[in-house]
Amino acid sequence: MIAAARRNTELGLIVLVTIVTTGAYVLASLGRTASLPANVLPFLVAVLAMLVGAHIATRKLAPAADGILLPLAALLNGLGYVFIARLNEDLAGLQATWTLVGIGAFVLTLAIVRDVRVLDRYRYTCMILGIVLLLLPLLPVIGREVQGARIWVRIGPLNFQPGELAKILLAVFFASYLVEKRELLGRAARRIGPVAMPELRHFGPVLLAWGLSLVVMTLQSDLGSSLLFFALFVVMLWIATERASYLLVSGVLFSAGAYIAWHLFAHVQLRVRIWVDPWSDIAGEGFQVVQSTFALAWGGVTGAGLGLGDPRRIPIVETDFIFAAIGEELGLLGATAVLVAFLLMVGTGLRIAIAAENPFEKLLAAGLTGIFGIQAFVIIGGVTRLVPLTGITLPFVSYGGSSLLANYILLALLLRISDRSSRRAEVVAAR
Amino acid sequence: MNRQIRRLGVAMMVLYGAIFVQLNLVQVLRADDYNAHPANTRAVVRDFNRPRGVIQSADGAVLAQSEPTEGRFEYQRVYPEGPLFSQVTGFFSFTFGNDGVERTYNDHLAGHRIPLRTRNLVDLLLDDVRTANVTLTIPRSVQEAAAAALGERRGAVVAVDTRTGAVLALYSWPTYDPNVLSNNDQAAARAARELLLADENRPLALRAFRERYFPGSTFKVVTAAAGIESGQVSRDQPVYPPASEYVPPLTTRPIRNYGGGTCGGNLLDIMRVSCNTAFAQMAVDVGADAMTGAAEAFGFNERPPLDLPAVAASRFPDAGFFDQNTPLLAQAGIGQNEVQATPLQLALVAAGIANNGIVMTPHVMAEIRDDQGELVERFQPQPWRQAVPPDAAAVIRDSMIEVVARGTGTGMQLPGMLVAGKTGTAQIGSDPPRSHAWIMGFAPADAPRVAVAVLVEGAPGVGDITGGRVAAPIARAVLEAALAATADAEPAPGGSGQ
Repeated sequence: MIAAARRNTELGLIVLVTIVTTGAYVLASLGRTASLPANVLPFLVAVLAMLVGAHIATRKLAPAADGILLPLAALLNGLGYVFIARLNEDLAGLQATWTLVGIGAFVLTLAIVRDVRVLDRYRYTCMILGIVLLLLPLLPVIGREVQGARIWVRIGPLNFQPGELAKILLAVFFASYLVEKRELLGRAARRIGPVAMPELRHFGPVLLAWGLSLVVMTLQSDLGSSLLFFALFVVMLWIATERASYLLVSGVLFSAGAYIAWHLFAHVQLRVRIWVDPWSDIAGEGFQVVQSTFALAWGGVTGAGLGLGDPRRIPIVETDFIFAAIGEELGLLGATAVLVAFLLMVGTGLRIAIAAENPFEKLLAAGLTGIFGIQAFVIIGGVTRLVPLTGITLPFVSYGGSSLLANYILLALLLRISDRSSRRAEVVAAR
Repeated sequence: MNRQIRRLGVAMMVLYGAIFVQLNLVQVLRADDYNAHPANTRAVVRDFNRPRGVIQSADGAVLAQSEPTEGRFEYQRVYPEGPLFSQVTGFFSFTFGNDGVERTYNDHLAGHRIPLRTRNLVDLLLDDVRTANVTLTIPRSVQEAAAAALGERRGAVVAVDTRTGAVLALYSWPTYDPNVLSNNDQAAARAARELLLADENRPLALRAFRERYFPGSTFKVVTAAAGIESGQVSRDQPVYPPASEYVPPLTTRPIRNYGGGTCGGNLLDIMRVSCNTAFAQMAVDVGADAMTGAAEAFGFNERPPLDLPAVAASRFPDAGFFDQNTPLLAQAGIGQNEVQATPLQLALVAAGIANNGIVMTPHVMAEIRDDQGELVERFQPQPWRQAVPPDAAAVIRDSMIEVVARGTGTGMQLPGMLVAGKTGTAQIGSDPPRSHAWIMGFAPADAPRVAVAVLVEGAPGVGDITGGRVAAPIARAVLEAALAATADAEPAPGGSGQ
C-alpha cells in the first residue's frame, strides 16, 4: 500500500519536475537569445526518459522507498543544468552526460546493494579506499591542482574529484565502526559539571579524524573537504554515543585547528580576510565574493529573469558560485526555493534515519544526510558571505561529474535504507 | 540516537534559516546600496541596453536621443546639435561615465525614477521601462546666438531669466562634440578624449560654470552693494574727489585708474567710468566685514545651486584675511587679486540686481515628462538668496544704466530699450597687453527679463574699454536673442504650461 502510494507520488512529482525544468530551459533561452531553443523537444524527452528510468528502477528495486527524494534531487539537478547551459554552453553537454552517468550509478547502486547492512562487512575496505581516494590527488602525475586546491585527479581524459566519493565511503566506515564501539565510547568515566566525559583514550579516534582533516587541509589546501570530513565524523560520533561531550571537545579541537591554520597558512588568512572585508580589495582578492554579492543584490526579490542577468561576471560561477547565479536570475524567491529543496531533502533523510531500526542503517542515513546538508550549507553560506568561503560544490546543482555521481549514489543508499524500514513497518502493521 | 538525529534536524533548520536571513539582507535590505556601488557596473550596462529619454531645448530641438544600434550595446546616444549644447547636456559614455544633464537627470532619463502607473497585475509583472524626456530652459535660438556672437574666441556666455533663474544660454568656446565621447566603441572614445585633452585650448573645460577668473571691474557692483548696505554710500553721497591715484593705508603703492586718468564723483559717476580709485577707497572705507558679507550675499564662496554637476564656487576671501592687509582689500574692491568668479556667478549678480536684489535659483531643467507625455516634474522657481535690499538694487541698477548709456558699456545699447551693464577687464599680461574682457548686465532695465554675463579670455588690450569693446557686442547679441525668445512667453517654467 505504502509502496504504491509512494511510487505514484514520485511519478507525479517527476512529471512536474520535467515540466518545470523544461520551462526553465525554454525561458533561459528566450531570455538570453530571444529565441526558442532548437532542441526543446529532445530536451524534454531526454529529461523525462532519464527521470522515468530512475523512477522505474526505484519501482522495481526499492518500491517502498521514500517518494520525494528523487524528484527533489531531479529538480535541483535540472535547475542546475539549466543554469550551466545558460552560463557556459560548452559544459552543458558534459553535465548532461554526467547526469546520465549519475542516474546510471543510482540504478546500479540500488541493484547491487540490496541491503545496506552488507556494507557493514566491508568496513575496512571502505576506510582504506576512502583514505586512498582522499589522498589520491597528492600523488604525482595524476594529481592536479586547480585554483589553488589539490583535489583533482586526472586519468587520461577524465578529471575527477575523488574526495566526493570518499565522503560516502568514509560515512560507511564511520557508521560501521561507531555502531560497534558506541557502547564503549559512550561509557561515562566521570562528570565535569553537567557533562559526562568518556575515558580520555576514547578520544583517540576523534584526534585521528582531526589529524586527517588537517592533513587534507594543509596538503591539499582544501578547507571545504577538510571541514566536511571532520564535521561528518563528529556528528556521527555524537549521534552514536549520545554524548554531547564529544561535540564540545571537537568544537575546541576545531577552533584550535582553525586558529593554527589561520596562523600558518596564507590561503586560510585570505579566506578569512575576504570574508570579513571583501570591499577593501574589490578588484583583487575580494572580486569573486563582491561580484557574487552584486549578483544576488541585482536579483532582488523576484530576480532579473532567467537568461536576463549577468552572472558570468562571477569567476567559476558554474561550480562553486552557481547559487549566486540562481539568486540573480530567480531572485530571493528562487534562491529560497532552492534552500527549501535542500532542507526538505535533509528533513526526509533524517526522517529515514529515525525510521531505520538497525543502528548501522540509522547512523549511515544520518551521516549521509548530515554531510549532504552541511555541504550545501557551507557553500551557500560562503557564496552569501554568511561564513568564510570554502570551495566545494553545491550538491546536484553545481557543474561537476564527481559531485553528481557521488550524490546520486548517496541518494540511492538513502532510498535503500528507506525501502527496508517501510517494508518492515508494513509487515509489522499487517501482523 | 533518535534524539540526536532530531537535534541535528533542528540545527540544520537553524543554519538554513540563517542563510535565509542573510539572503534577505543581501537581496532586499541592502540591495539598493549594492546596486549603486561604484564598482558595480550592472546598472550601467543595463542602461546602455535600454532606451533613454530625450533631452530637448526649450524651443523643441532634440539635443540628445538614443538610437538602436548594432554592436556591444543595443543603443547609441546621439547628440544632433553636436558641440553647441555639449556643456549643458554633457555626455553619456560607457567609458567615461556621464556629465551634465545626462548625469543630473540620469534617473529620469534612464527610467529609474518614473512612477509606474500600475493599472493592473500585468503592468506590475511586465517591468516596463518608463523613460522620461527632459526639456531645458535654454532655447536653441539663444544658445546659437551666443555661439555665433562669441565665435572662435576663448570665452563664455551665460544668460538667465532674471525672474525665474531659468538659464537661457550657457556656452563656452572651445567646446567639444559629445558624440565622440559617448561612442560605444571604447577605443574610439578614448582616442577622441586623448585628442581633446591634448588641445591647449582645453575644450573640456566648462568655462561658463566650472572655471574661475578675476572679475575685474564687474565686481564694482558688489562693492557698491557693500557701500550702500553699510549706509556710507547712497545715490548722491559721498562725492569722491577727482583723483588719479589712491594709496590705501599700510602701503605706499598707489592704485591708479586705467591710462592714468582722473575720476571722481558720486556713485553714478564713478560706476559710469569704472573709477578704480573711488571703488578701492570705498572698499577700504566700508571694511572687510561688509565686503565679504556683500560678496557672500551674492553667492560667492558657495556653489550656485545650478542643476548641473560640479558647479564651481566663486571666491572672495574671509574678512579675517584682510586684517593688516588693507591694500589687498582695496584691490578686492575692484575685483582683483584674491577675487575669482565664474561667468555664471556674474550673470547671477546681474540677475540679482535686476530682480530687486533677489537672486533666483538658476536651473536648466524646465520640465520632465514621461514617455506618454504626462508631466513628471516641473521646475518651480524659487529665490536662492536676497543679495541686497530692493532700494539698494534700484540705486545700483541706475548706476549700471549710466554705464551703458554714457559710460564704458555703450556697446551693449539696444534700440528703444534701457539696458544696464557693467564692464570689466582683468589684465593677465603686458607684453603684448592682454586681458580677460568682461561684461554683465540686463535688459530691459526698467522691467528686467534677461541677465547676461560674457567673458572673453585673453583679449588684446587693457583698460575697461577692452571689456566694452570686446565683450559688449556679444552681450548685446545674446540679449537680443534672449529677449526675443522670452518676449511673448510668461516666465519660462512654472507658468500655466503648454
